Amino acid sequence: MRSFIIKRLLLLIPIFFGVSVLCFLILYFIPGVPAKIIAGEGATKEDIENIRVVFGLDKPLYVQYLRFLRGIFTGELRSIKSGESILKEIAPRYVGTIQLAFSSIIISSTLGILLGVLAAVYKNSWIDNLAMAFALIGASTPVFWLGLLLILVFAVYLKVLPSGGREGFKSIILPALTLGLPSSAIVARLTRASMLDALSQDYIRTALAYGIPKRKVIFKYALKNALIPVVTVIGLQFGFLLSGAVLTESVFGWPGVGRYIVDAVFSRDYVVIEVGILITAMTFVLVNTSVDLLYAVLDPRLRKG
Amino acid sequence: MDENKNEKLERYSTLRVVLRRMKRNKGGIAGLIVVLIYFVIAVIGLWIVPYHPDEPDFESALMPPNPKHPFGTDLFGRDVLSRVIAGARTSFTISIFAVALAVFIGLVIGTIAGYVGGWVDEVLMRFLDIFMAFPEILLAIAIVAILGPGKINIVIAIAVFSFPSFARITRASVISVKSNDYVEAAKAIGESDMSIMLRYILPNALSPVVVQATLRMGTAILTISSLGFLGLGVKAPEAEWGTELAMARSYLESAPWLSIFPGIAIVLVVLGFNFLGDALNDALNPRLKDR
Repeated sequence: MRSFIIKRLLLLIPIFFGVSVLCFLILYFIPGVPAKIIAGEGATKEDIENIRVVFGLDKPLYVQYLRFLRGIFTGELRSIKSGESILKEIAPRYVGTIQLAFSSIIISSTLGILLGVLAAVYKNSWIDNLAMAFALIGASTPVFWLGLLLILVFAVYLKVLPSGGREGFKSIILPALTLGLPSSAIVARLTRASMLDALSQDYIRTALAYGIPKRKVIFKYALKNALIPVVTVIGLQFGFLLSGAVLTESVFGWPGVGRYIVDAVFSRDYVVIEVGILITAMTFVLVNTSVDLLYAVLDPRLRKG
Repeated sequence: MDENKNEKLERYSTLRVVLRRMKRNKGGIAGLIVVLIYFVIAVIGLWIVPYHPDEPDFESALMPPNPKHPFGTDLFGRDVLSRVIAGARTSFTISIFAVALAVFIGLVIGTIAGYVGGWVDEVLMRFLDIFMAFPEILLAIAIVAILGPGKINIVIAIAVFSFPSFARITRASVISVKSNDYVEAAKAIGESDMSIMLRYILPNALSPVVVQATLRMGTAILTISSLGFLGLGVKAPEAEWGTELAMARSYLESAPWLSIFPGIAIVLVVLGFNFLGDALNDALNPRLKDR
């Protein structure tokens, strides 16, 4: 068990290295040379040369990479557009994205598990069919379109919820639903499969034969075991949520990291793009690693592997 | 000569078995029909559109659905139905090229990793890990940010985040095929590694790749529309579903029809690919069938 944890944690080092190099490199090769973008139109050759020196763009590649890494942690890296420290700018937005992701996870896991269990218990009934139809449509719907439809229904027609912004509890409901519903579809499908598997086991038949009430058998015996793979998928959904957050934040004008990156793409603020993507990717990797570790804790069979 | 004939017969019967299994799957048939209809629309769409999809007609701007414009008109008076039809061509062209490119890169990397094994395998797999550390849409945004919007760049963006899954699947499949007797036999009669990989291993390792490619077509279409929605899609005035929906965002109150039809177009085709992919999975890998 301990060696598994250590191995998994050590694997983070090469991944972090690879991800940061890739982030650094892909934007290093941006066409139009960063110095030119910073200098703006109508800049003279000397202006561009000055900027190259000031930003250290004339240094060898590995020096620039190290400066980039150090700059992230010290907050020295500044946005080209606003001139502010990126660390300072990104912190509140990071909180915004995490808030959104957690609210969606709550929605996706409660709804997904509920539908999945119902579908498995009433297999092949109309409940099952309805739940699985929902799951299939949910997995095929673009997040941003769902957002538009929810705005149309709840903000434009019913006028009960705001269509954007970030003021109070009400404003997070629609973004969280937008992000949570498609992901609940995936959770529902998996819960159903996992629950069916658990319900077909011998110990369930034994428990029923002993006369233990069906409801207790379902929830206490079957669900407990069925949930192990579900927990993993919910964790892995986090990556899906980070992707979807980019779109959801754009639909609702929610101030998060995703929108920060997209805005930076339009203003060609390449430092912000680099740091934003790096931070999001690292969050994704850390969550996935924690899920792997959690899985090992939950499922003793895996500990030896 | 005789051997050749046998091979053909064998292939024919495999195809028949797969088709027979597919026939029993209603969802798969429905998915196949939807995908085929979209494909036909994508090919002949520009001949059947009621209006020119790109030409503005300001006199009939923002008209709600009516007999002349069943899906209504947009801000520039363009017929939404025609734009939705034209959008099918955009989505299909980009996604077919993107998935083909991803399959090609994935097959090369996966086959080498699986067949050669050892440190080559280890290095290639760690290389894939790096790509898989990025949430997909972010990687696509980064690539479009570097290369700029436009069809070819979107193809590259989608291929870059899709190829790792193909490489992994191919690798797993190659490893399982590699241990078959006929591969040993080919080695024994002195076939070159290249010929063993191309003639004996790859053809037998392809079925999971086919399934993944079908499912990936759906993901690709979703990504194209997502990039379009963010304003990083194809260049105006070319019709693309996500770009249409981005415009519709500002007219939710006054012209809600703008945000309905392109969205339905996306959901239907992605559903089609997902159903088809699931059915192919059941037909090609019967042992893995849903418990």
